[in-house]
Amino acid sequence: MTDSPATKGEDIPLEIHDLTAGYHKKPVLWGIDLKVPKGKLVGVVGPNGAGKSTLIKAIMGLVPPSSGWVKIFGKTYNENRRRVGYVPQRESVDWDFPVTVMDVVMMGRYGHVGWFKRPKKADREIARDCLDKVKMLPFAKRQISNLSGGQQQRVFLARALAQESDIYFMDEPFAGVDAATETAIISLLHELREKGKTLLVVHHDLPTARNYFDQLLLLNMRVVAYGETEKVFTYELLQKTYGGRLTILSEVADAVGQRAK
Amino acid sequence: MVEPWTENLPTTFWIVLMGFLITAACGLIGNYLILRRMALVGDAISHSVLPGLAIAFLLSHSLNTLPMFIGALGAGIVTTVMIELIHKKTRVKQDSAIGITFSTLFAIGVILISLGQTDAVHLDAECVLYGEIAFVPLDLVKTELGPNALSVVKNIPGLNSEMFLNGNLLTIAPPPVIRMAVVTGITLLLIVVFYKELLVTSFDSGLSSSLGINSTVVHYALMGMLSVIIVSAFEAVGAILVIAMLILPGATASLLAHRLPPMFGITVVHALLSAVGGIHLATWLNCSPAGAMVVAGSALFALAWMFSPSQGLLQRWLGRELDELDEEDIERLAKGV
Repeated sequence: MTDSPATKGEDIPLEIHDLTAGYHKKPVLWGIDLKVPKGKLVGVVGPNGAGKSTLIKAIMGLVPPSSGWVKIFGKTYNENRRRVGYVPQRESVDWDFPVTVMDVVMMGRYGHVGWFKRPKKADREIARDCLDKVKMLPFAKRQISNLSGGQQQRVFLARALAQESDIYFMDEPFAGVDAATETAIISLLHELREKGKTLLVVHHDLPTARNYFDQLLLLNMRVVAYGETEKVFTYELLQKTYGGRLTILSEVADAVGQRAK
Repeated sequence: MVEPWTENLPTTFWIVLMGFLITAACGLIGNYLILRRMALVGDAISHSVLPGLAIAFLLSHSLNTLPMFIGALGAGIVTTVMIELIHKKTRVKQDSAIGITFSTLFAIGVILISLGQTDAVHLDAECVLYGEIAFVPLDLVKTELGPNALSVVKNIPGLNSEMFLNGNLLTIAPPPVIRMAVVTGITLLLIVVFYKELLVTSFDSGLSSSLGINSTVVHYALMGMLSVIIVSAFEAVGAILVIAMLILPGATASLLAHRLPPMFGITVVHALLSAVGGIHLATWLNCSPAGAMVVAGSALFALAWMFSPSQGLLQRWLGRELDELDEEDIERLAKGV
């Protein structure tokens, strides 16, 4: 490399080089190389166990990489943490937790507030605006256990919006939500993209992936393909990603298997 | 009914204050144990501080506060590390890992205590298990006041009573009560100062790590604080009753409130009521005050279970009125905001 990443990489929201990561010394991701340009809505697609969530977690340092590096706008994740927004899987938290909708969205401001300090009025205003954007403002004072799946996901999105980031990582934001919420989420994602934000979204539904995303990352422990959706969404590449399992029969089997879990 | 407050005021006062301080400190940190589904870890640490105390005692030959705190802190951290290690490096599940860890450490503690029996001062295994809050007022510290100080003290309404002032001797709180008051105060302070960090690591460790708030560090800090609280409560309530005090206030609060700040309020009220209720029960039955305080706390939990506005049995018997109310609430909010 002749260009130092600091001078060249600053306008590249996400650059990954030779990233290998996994759990218990067993790599789930092998030698990932990726360079995502600004203002793209990227879908991350692949079979179960392909390492989609692990990729997002490895980028944010939640799963320690065994080799390779990740740069966010040309710097390490820790240096540019405030420019990153995160939407974890909805099931990863306890929805009986004694917090209100507003409390959860306020957590999105914590990265800006800093240690020892209390959130200010301005933070509260931002949180309210974000709740309004996902049409959850009337629920602000509600305890989160009274929410439907779609409402929970909207709250998570509002929290990510409150982070006011430049690049967003979302883990299955469409999982288990109603049709109205799905439409609301996708138009929100498009709106963010229009504002020049970059979004990496883990997605499990192939048919909709084609319509939702500008670019697709086909992942199965390695990067199978990455590029504009119309170029990447081909039978051959999908076949390669999903192994021989891309038949209707096996998809049904997968769906049944998932439900059984 | 007012008997404990008239005949034995000084004794009663110190016992109730101690009971209140212990239950409040345990209850406050207990809220986080419950929310993080770590109630069992509280159980574990309450037992595994024993070897820490024994080692601190064997090394320092004293029962002073500092070595005991250091011993407990060390034991708490070792317990936490051991549970993590067994859980992560083997196929053993977390509840089993907790079981292995605390029973092993407790057993080591028992051995160490019996080895230490030959010393002039000795640790009492029975006291460690059950504690004796009734002994708390025995070592009242009195200090002689000069004429100037005496006139100042006499003008402070609360202090100018037989309870605190006898001639020119001013009674200062018993050392265990002072120690507990400091620990309870620090607990409250830390919970207020680190409210955000504790909240986000408890609710969503993924988000907190992505924000740069290290949930492991918070976890260990919480366990360290827990060890210190437990060891300061030990002498009075012992390793077993302290578990009830960790869980009962928070569990009661979780039935009555839906946000952390009011839950903390309820926790403190619960602590006060169970301490006062306990001393009455103990006087009436002539039994152990610590045990009675726990029973009073359990009774409060049962009451909350019956009458909780959202999850109470009574509410369920009365039907689904609350749900209807909730719908109206939403509409009102939707129009108003």
